[in-house]
Amino acid sequence: MSSPTTLSAHDLTRFHGSRSVVTGVSLELHRGEVLGLLGHNGAGKSTTLQMLAGALTPTSGHVEVCDFNLAKQPALGKACLGFLPEHPPLYKDMRVDDYLAFAARLHRVPPAQITDYLNLAKQRCGLSDCGKKLIGTLSKGYQQRVGIAQAIIHQPPVIILDEPTVGLDPTQIRDIRELIRELGNNSSVILSTHLLHEVENICDRVVILQQGKVIFSDTTDELRRHSDIESSFIRLTAMPAEGVTP
Amino acid sequence: MIRTLAKKELHTLFVAPSTWWMLALLQFIFAWFYLARMDDYLQVQAQLAQMDSAPGATISIAAPLASVLAIVLMMLIPLFTMRLIAEERRNQTWILLTTAPISATNIVLGKYLGLLAMLTIIIAACAVMVSSLALGTNADFGLIAGNILGVWLLAASYAALGLFFSSLTRQPVVAAFGAMAVSFGLWMLEMSSGAVRVLSPNVHFQNLNVGLISTADIVYFVLFIVGFLLLTIEHIRRERGGV
Repeated sequence: MSSPTTLSAHDLTRFHGSRSVVTGVSLELHRGEVLGLLGHNGAGKSTTLQMLAGALTPTSGHVEVCDFNLAKQPALGKACLGFLPEHPPLYKDMRVDDYLAFAARLHRVPPAQITDYLNLAKQRCGLSDCGKKLIGTLSKGYQQRVGIAQAIIHQPPVIILDEPTVGLDPTQIRDIRELIRELGNNSSVILSTHLLHEVENICDRVVILQQGKVIFSDTTDELRRHSDIESSFIRLTAMPAEGVTP
Repeated sequence: MIRTLAKKELHTLFVAPSTWWMLALLQFIFAWFYLARMDDYLQVQAQLAQMDSAPGATISIAAPLASVLAIVLMMLIPLFTMRLIAEERRNQTWILLTTAPISATNIVLGKYLGLLAMLTIIIAACAVMVSSLALGTNADFGLIAGNILGVWLLAASYAALGLFFSSLTRQPVVAAFGAMAVSFGLWMLEMSSGAVRVLSPNVHFQNLNVGLISTADIVYFVLFIVGFLLLTIEHIRRERGGV
């Protein structure tokens, strides 16, 4: 891959109490690439994404975003990140415009450009008509869109989305997929999902996690080579996590 | 960045109807006490007039009012501080701040100053009410200023204490009760004798209450506030893994 690396994780491990949730996960993301993170429930997808976004500190290992070590230069690293967690972090009593402007300020968008960034993010997420609405009064699908808008408003080089299409209707899912593809042209996107055809449609590469370990990491085409993506996924995740080389 | 956060906190406070209710109720209680003290004073005024060096209207009315305000704020402030961090954790919006490129210091100071701005508004409204004494008599503005400063410092201390408790938990109610319990404990210390007495913010408030502004008291309040803010910052920093 010739394009520059925007995000790299080395040997991430995270314990919850004495139980390890994620063990030795390493991955790399390049500019203009969409990476899909797959795995069963409880495979450690959300924990991994939270560590990549700097919300959780890894027990060991480190993350570099745009060449900044997230533990040593958090402010510089986090400025390059946009993150949509599993539960969108929305203030229900704020209006969409106020909330997104607040998110933009938090991510150090210059004050003069906030309006432009705000309008672009709203237009991209199909929120142009809801600027004055209270977030609490929006439907779940629209709240999810506000969550995505919040993650991309400062136009970060790395975008991390934890199950971005949950709670959306089929048309919205299609729109969001198009958006993710579009974002993938200029930024790097990493997303977790349960939907295999979503991966097939929008991801360039796939990482499969099982019991906190990487059991597959390659291009989507490679996953599809032998059989269709669903049976490949089931074949891979049916094997025990130990002793499988990615 | 601190300003952004403080403005957002203030905005959140003022869009909530409960804030307006609390402000209205507080003004009502305060006005009630004011009138009651005024009434008492007018009844004994004739006797006071015969005494040498009788207490003036300001010390008889404004000073007890400031004590009442101090106690009301002690009970009220935990209800505001519980929202600042604990409720954000519960609503899962805290992650927005922890993944943003801002330091723990900025988060804590932003939230603290936002709340302090609102407390200042409350106290200023009460100060205006007390200053209306000047309409009927020669009010001692030095004493009023001392009292207002005392209440403000006390409120700022309780806010710092409450913010610390808010950072410890994800249950707003636990944060509120924790802060309230400790405030009460510190208040109780005032009644004890011995060296522990100096730990109570209320003891230091009492000097200001009678119009005595001493450096020692101011230093105590500043240390109290800075101490709890540092504890909060340190707690959040550790939680984020030394960031």
